[in-house]
Amino acid sequence: MKIVALVKHVPDATAERTFDDADHTTDRTGVDGLLSELDEYAIESALTVADGGDAEVVALTMGPSGAADAIKKALQMGADSGVHISDDALHGSDAPATARVLAAALRRIGDVDLVLTGMASTDGGMSVVPAMLAEHLDLAHVGFVGEFSVDDGTVRCRRDGDTASESVEAALPAIVSVTDQINEPRYPSFKGIMAAKKKPVETLSLADLDIDPSTVGLAAATSVVDEVTKRPERTQGEIVTDEGDGGTRLVEYLAAQKFV
Amino acid sequence: MPVERVVPTPEARDLIDLVGKIADRDLAPAAAAAEEAARYPRELVRMLGRTGLLGLPYDEEFGGGAQPYDVYLQVLEELAARWATVALSVSVHGLSCWPLANYGSAEQRKRWLPDMIGGEQLGAYCLSEPHAGSDAAAMSTRAVRDGDSYVLDGTKAWITHGGIADFYSVFARTSDDGARGISCFLVPADADGLTFGAAEHKMGLTASPTTIVNLDGVRVAAERRIGDEGAGFGIALHALDAGRVGVAAVATGLAQAALDEAAAYARQREQFGRPVIGHQGVGFTLADMAASVQAARALYLAAAQRRDRGLGYRQQAAVAKLVATDNAMKVTTDAVQVLGGVGYTRDFPVERYFREAKVMQIFEGTNQIQRLVIARDLERFGE
Ligand SMILES: Cc1cc2nc3c(=O)[nH]c(=O)nc-3n(C[C@H](O)[C@H](O)[C@H](O)COP(=O)(O)OP(=O)(O)OC[C@H]3O[C@@H](n4cnc5c(N)ncnc54)[C@H](O)[C@@H]3O)c2cc1C
Repeated sequence: MKIVALVKHVPDATAERTFDDADHTTDRTGVDGLLSELDEYAIESALTVADGGDAEVVALTMGPSGAADAIKKALQMGADSGVHISDDALHGSDAPATARVLAAALRRIGDVDLVLTGMASTDGGMSVVPAMLAEHLDLAHVGFVGEFSVDDGTVRCRRDGDTASESVEAALPAIVSVTDQINEPRYPSFKGIMAAKKKPVETLSLADLDIDPSTVGLAAATSVVDEVTKRPERTQGEIVTDEGDGGTRLVEYLAAQKFV
Repeated sequence: MPVERVVPTPEARDLIDLVGKIADRDLAPAAAAAEEAARYPRELVRMLGRTGLLGLPYDEEFGGGAQPYDVYLQVLEELAARWATVALSVSVHGLSCWPLANYGSAEQRKRWLPDMIGGEQLGAYCLSEPHAGSDAAAMSTRAVRDGDSYVLDGTKAWITHGGIADFYSVFARTSDDGARGISCFLVPADADGLTFGAAEHKMGLTASPTTIVNLDGVRVAAERRIGDEGAGFGIALHALDAGRVGVAAVATGLAQAALDEAAAYARQREQFGRPVIGHQGVGFTLADMAASVQAARALYLAAAQRRDRGLGYRQQAAVAKLVATDNAMKVTTDAVQVLGGVGYTRDFPVERYFREAKVMQIFEGTNQIQRLVIARDLERFGE
């Protein structure tokens, strides 16, 4: 069985993040990048399936050269190999273009039984790529999965919504995005760090994927960011000093905000 | 402020980063409460073991990480900067494996070392006795040969991991010939006659159990003797050379944590209309603290580099242990001072650092004994 985990290299969410002044894309200079934490759940899910049986785990990323770090982290955690799509023409690609490129890469990887993704990227946060991918590849897609098992060519998922949990089954191959509730991603071990050095990573350009560079990137994006405005600084908030009536006043506040 | 480290390989960099992340996420938040409750974090140490940290300096052939000491010690320092008990635990475990790894026969190492350094097990190092501390060669625990085993009788004192370890590297007397009459044994925790006292009620490192270890007719197979009969004291001292640079690294991490806490506080605490770090009396104290921490780090790394190149490093290990632990005591004392009143409360970690620093001047050879080692070396130089 071949599982592909999609991984994204993103600016560290704990650092101050900004947009490039010229083209309003994510500014990656001066900010440490790392593997999107939400993707660690996808890798862990893939490795859990692999631990329980015979499966190969491939980590796939699209991104500039620094994105190789996301692959490396996945390999250190235990993935078997990596594929890195890197091409200057990809800069500024929107979600539809990203999905098209990833779909081409998945076709090229071939014989993929299960694609696992995080529930969103911690920088873009749109959660649309998995569904778009499924559309391109004509596969089933189950999103926001809190638990799943693979058995007999079928993936059985529990999808957690706000009001109910649904049980969803899909025939493989399928695309499943997992939530941050599904597991506790493992740390790499030192052996994993050493082993990762020797694992194969293939780098692909748009030409390798037969994609016309003019159909991706910022210029081809279907939506354009005209302007970005910094969110106003958080205001002080309201401080309730307890003079014996603290509890009552807190409840009054919550009631006024319609929380209770 | 993360310490910028010089490491030899990209893998060592990834290792240090990983350790920093684990220490921040899993160790730091748990430390204060566990120390308060005197609760040893066995599960966290097991997790570190699974990550490979309990076998880092040992051979790959046996499942170790084959890392040079300068990397291993910086890992210890990173752990100590978040939780000294855990760093000490890793260091003492390494010390406990040292006799087998360096003096065991090929057969013995093949048989026991992989499990010992594999991450699931924890070791203890049993040298001190109630009446033989600094003068460890005055020990009275005996090992008497009986057929193809030895029978051990006596009392070991101050044993870190006493009662929770899976194996005990025990030094015992096989003849009355002073330091030449001591041998080393690898005793499994489930040996009959091995019992433990209650954990000592300590000033600091309260989460790290330190106990008496009683050996009451403990029968140990002769094949568990490490090295020749009578070679034990030499093994113990060699192991301590390695242990002492470990303690130096732990003390450096502890001092770094105290410095970071004090500097952060001094940057934001205002008195007389400005942050207190801007008052030279405080700024210079912090500068001296930074100098002490960096000097300590440079010394343990210098000793490590000699070791990694196969050079003798006994004196350098003693110097590193002496200076790093004295500096840690000074730096943690000053950290309490920089924080003022709050520094004296348990709402801030610096008073704990101060209590933890003290013992580092005492164990693995008091700092007087380190001076003795250095002085003896200087004396010999004249011969
Ligand atoms: C928390 C903790 C953990 C420990 N863990 C371990 C362990 O895992 N395994 C183990 O074997 N031991 C362990 N020890 C024991 C430790 O190594 C001893 O406490 C230490 O060696 C000192 O021995 P002592 O306490 O008997 O002091 P003593 O030897 O009685 O020393 C008393 C004082 O006399 C000084 N002194 C002694 N001789 C001389 C001299 N010749 N010149 C100048 N001054 C001298 C000492 O420096 C000290 O100030 C631990 C101790 C502690 C406190």
